Amino acid sequence: MAGHGPKTHFKNPAVRWLDSRLPIVSMMNDQAIVFPTPKNLNYMWTFGAILTFMLVTMIVTGITLAMHYAANTAIAFDQVEKIMRDVNFGWLLRYIHAVGASMFFFAVYMHIARGLYYGSYKAPREVLWMLGVIILILMMATAFMGYVLPWGQMSGWGATVITNLFSAIPLVGPSITEWLWGGFAVDNATLNRFFALHYLLPFVIAGVVILHIWALHVAGNNNPTGVSVKSSKDTVPFSPYLTIKDGFAIVIFMILYAWFVFYVPNYLGHPDNYIQFNPLVTPAHIVPEWYLLPFYAMLRAIPDKLGGVIVMFASLLILLVIPWLDTSRVRSARYRPMFKIAFWIWVVTCIALGYLGAMPAEGIYVILARIFTLYYFGFFLILMPVLGIIETPKPLPNSIADDVLAKSKKKHADVHTGSGAGTPEGAAAAPKKD
Amino acid sequence: MLETRPTPLARIGKLVGTAGLSVALLCGAGTALALLAAPASAAEEGGHHIEKQDWTFAGIFGQYDQAQLQRGLKVYREACSACHSMKMVPFRTLASHQGPNFSEEAMEQIASEYTITDISNEDGQPFDRPGRPTDYFPSPYPNAAAAAAANGAAPPDFSLIAKARATHRGFPGFITDAFAGYSEAGPDYIYALLQGYEEPPEGVEGAPGQYYNPVFVNGDWIAMPPPLEDGRVEYDDGSPETLEQYSADISAFLMWAAEPHLEERKQIGFRVMIFLIVFAVLLFMTKKKLWRNVEH
Amino acid sequence: MATTETNDGHGEAHGETRRDFLYIATGAVAAVGIGSIAWPFIDQMNPDAASLALASTSVDISALGEGESMTVMWRGKPVFIRKRTPTEVEEAKEVPLSELRDTDARNPNIGTGEATDANRAVQGREDLLVMIGVCTHLGCIPLGQAGDFDGWFCPCHGSHYDTAGRIRRGPAPENLAIPPYSFPDESTLVVG
Repeated sequence: MAGHGPKTHFKNPAVRWLDSRLPIVSMMNDQAIVFPTPKNLNYMWTFGAILTFMLVTMIVTGITLAMHYAANTAIAFDQVEKIMRDVNFGWLLRYIHAVGASMFFFAVYMHIARGLYYGSYKAPREVLWMLGVIILILMMATAFMGYVLPWGQMSGWGATVITNLFSAIPLVGPSITEWLWGGFAVDNATLNRFFALHYLLPFVIAGVVILHIWALHVAGNNNPTGVSVKSSKDTVPFSPYLTIKDGFAIVIFMILYAWFVFYVPNYLGHPDNYIQFNPLVTPAHIVPEWYLLPFYAMLRAIPDKLGGVIVMFASLLILLVIPWLDTSRVRSARYRPMFKIAFWIWVVTCIALGYLGAMPAEGIYVILARIFTLYYFGFFLILMPVLGIIETPKPLPNSIADDVLAKSKKKHADVHTGSGAGTPEGAAAAPKKD
Repeated sequence: MLETRPTPLARIGKLVGTAGLSVALLCGAGTALALLAAPASAAEEGGHHIEKQDWTFAGIFGQYDQAQLQRGLKVYREACSACHSMKMVPFRTLASHQGPNFSEEAMEQIASEYTITDISNEDGQPFDRPGRPTDYFPSPYPNAAAAAAANGAAPPDFSLIAKARATHRGFPGFITDAFAGYSEAGPDYIYALLQGYEEPPEGVEGAPGQYYNPVFVNGDWIAMPPPLEDGRVEYDDGSPETLEQYSADISAFLMWAAEPHLEERKQIGFRVMIFLIVFAVLLFMTKKKLWRNVEH
Repeated sequence: MATTETNDGHGEAHGETRRDFLYIATGAVAAVGIGSIAWPFIDQMNPDAASLALASTSVDISALGEGESMTVMWRGKPVFIRKRTPTEVEEAKEVPLSELRDTDARNPNIGTGEATDANRAVQGREDLLVMIGVCTHLGCIPLGQAGDFDGWFCPCHGSHYDTAGRIRRGPAPENLAIPPYSFPDESTLVVG
């Protein structure tokens, strides 16, 4: 859908007038209404819409919170408490924003896992994937700086630890760290610039998201078979089919979200962040937010300061090159028995690293973290290129339509053997497991 | 028609299947994020178990027990406020219907019993006057350094203490807590701490001015002497004047001080949940209707 | 698009009404949801609990001598408290209502009333005048004992108020507003 399809004709003269001067209406129509989407997408494909919803939620609640916040070390902590206590619905806005950060990362990790499993990063979607990795990195920077703003113990010490990563850079490291701080420690200048950047970055993310969607609409969606769209039989128009499905998924997601906001709003946070930052006392146990734990574990797994920092950043940057590390001609893990296993072990690895990131960096925990770090990189650097060559994929369906048809035939065969002919629609039948 | 129509069960099966990835990742993420919700300090890893208490403000329909909050305030004023500030709580909130629910007069009376140092409009000099509803609980010490000098360690401010402390929940508590809606770790800890003073084990001796209390979050020795004992505070509503009752009342009061909008939050939350579930069902039915002729 | 045709083409005899109802119900519920979530975002900009609670300020006026004024802050605005001279009171009393631009007393302490000097001054203490010192034109602070009527004069756009704070000339539409106040005792004024 590069925009050169048959010209859309609008009955309304005002719309026609506008569209001939700025074709925004036909663009919306082409990209958001008639845009052909594979009909076999499963619910893992709804996370894109969920992420859009999250970005909007975070920006809207963030702007309203900024109306009450003050980025000054003398009052920032109190000001956040004023939001919680005095501002009308302030507690609600802040909890939506704070829990929202976690929900945002939960959704983005699901989105990335889906892309990895179904080979959505493979040609012709490499740029789409790389833009996604850039969004992830920007999200992490934004979340990190946002966590500093309440100026609690975890805010201040988190900021100290993360900014100190840069001091590992040879020669210029200490200067860079002081430049980041605007002083000799995390202090007022740091808080103030973090607030400015925390406000700016979401809009940068929104810009890259537009590029991400643009790239998506050039190649079109991947799908669970990984087989490219061949004809219009493979697709449905985006609206209303995918809009309603995405809407349903968003509301289901909101139920989970609302549960955290209204019933366990502080579960995802750390109690120490309800203590004002004290530059003289480090909390007994420093942990980043859960979504950064796997990377934190990899940082600590390396017994060398610079090495740890390099490994941590490499664990993110390696995602940029996986379109070229994967040598398989088949996209979807559904037809790749060996890759499928490697993938699930990689998922377990990430979860295990998350667990280890929250544990003290000592003894068995460090050894385990090293093993899992090795697999994390091994999966990308060794398994991806090698499996693509040695593995024999299962036979692929000819097209999406064929695949869907084959599946429904199987199901109906069950219906017929189960209860004879002429089962009324809606009658129960055992679904074929696959 | 029939051929193009998967059965509802088959649909559910498919949904469940494709959601497999989600569930697996959700569990993993849950594991990771729950872990850090539990601060793993040395004392807790030592395995001191803190009992869950039965709070009126727990659960989906949780509400503060107003009489309990009023008693808790009494405990705070008579047993804690000599050392612990509560500087983010204004007197006016004592009249909150979702809090201690004092009458306006009673609240103003309490405020006026405090002395507030203000700056004179006329000559710009500090002067003392009785508290007003808009004033905040005054702090016993001018600053943290003064508080530390007088007590060995600075007694923490009480405005947020119930959210700034938690218990180590261990496995699998830290996962189930999220879905069981357990968010009373703070008051549970305070309740246990106040009753946690013990004779130190044989041969163990603390530094001077340190008291043995294995519940304490930062090691077994705490600088606070046992603040409460039976009969310490007189109750006028006939509640038992015991250490246990005092501990429960002050813990509940501190939870309110830290989270004054808890009742409103849970009430709105319930309505939001009902709304979202109804909306989800409607959307699902609409989606099913729309897709019924599309093989997918 | 061909796909659109194939999927939308099948009109079903049964279920058409149910589908319409479903669409309307879903749409209505969505609208209710969007409407309700909008409110917290709007309401958060209203004055917060602390600002609303700061609605009163008390002043000791025992030291205020004849012909003297003092200004106190109430809700972030200046409140003028003036103990007027007998000349000023006389001047204000002599003005017939017909000469006033705004004949409303603008005094919430007496309910509604005409803008006589008695209705403007503190009840029972005609020398005392308590007003919000904000010009009713565009919010500047008028200067005291100035202007063509010996009362207040707003330098921003030239509004003249008389010794009872009533608008007499210039662009301002209303008399200076009077805040709610009370006297718990002889020497204490509580504004708000």
